[in-house]
Amino acid sequence: MANAVSNVRIQAEDFDVNTEISALSDGRNDVGAVVTFSGLCRDEGGTLAALELEHYPGMAEAEILRIAEQACARWPLTGLRVIHRYGKIAPGENIVLVVAASPHRQAAFDGASYLMDYLKTRAPFWKKEHLIDGSSGEWVSAKDADDEALKRWE
Amino acid sequence: MKLLYFSWIRERLGMGEEMVELPAEIKTVGEFLDWLKTRGEEFEAILEVPEIVRVAVDQEHKNYDELLGDAREIALFPPMTGG
Repeated sequence: MANAVSNVRIQAEDFDVNTEISALSDGRNDVGAVVTFSGLCRDEGGTLAALELEHYPGMAEAEILRIAEQACARWPLTGLRVIHRYGKIAPGENIVLVVAASPHRQAAFDGASYLMDYLKTRAPFWKKEHLIDGSSGEWVSAKDADDEALKRWE
Repeated sequence: MKLLYFSWIRERLGMGEEMVELPAEIKTVGEFLDWLKTRGEEFEAILEVPEIVRVAVDQEHKNYDELLGDAREIALFPPMTGG
């Protein structure tokens, strides 16, 4: 899903960070700043074998695009790319990528940060833990800190 | 009307989706949830603690006091943990 500035992809496959940065900066002279955030799967002190990411197809794309459009309305972004993976993801692998481009750095930092804060609490994804001992662990609980993080954008 | 379930709600119900006929008098998300509770113990258990279950109507987040409108698809899921 995409509009002129934002591009949102939900996919099982991995992504290449440099390719996505180049897509926002190659061949143009108005971009002064590109901020990249990538979220990876961590092993939780060696206990986690994988995360399984479930999503709501259709709504996941639509909701992230709504957030992206809000970010574009709020800051002068020249480009915004979001990729979120689903399926089984092992420690060290990529989960999510946000790339925000702008003439100046503050808009790019803020746009990327805003996108991630809202994505965490509003994009329909759920993580289930698979533990190293072979057991299927718990569904990850939502954190109050993630809700708190939204307050700075109000 | 299509109902969709995700995460532990899907697991507890043992299904990801189903088709239902909603009674015509149901207008809001809250009324819809009250009706769901009458459909069996599992639904009652899932909806026991208010506000833990999030609702999307036609793929948009809705509060419990909002109208269903001409909904084609209603989804129930726990707070999200992506990113």
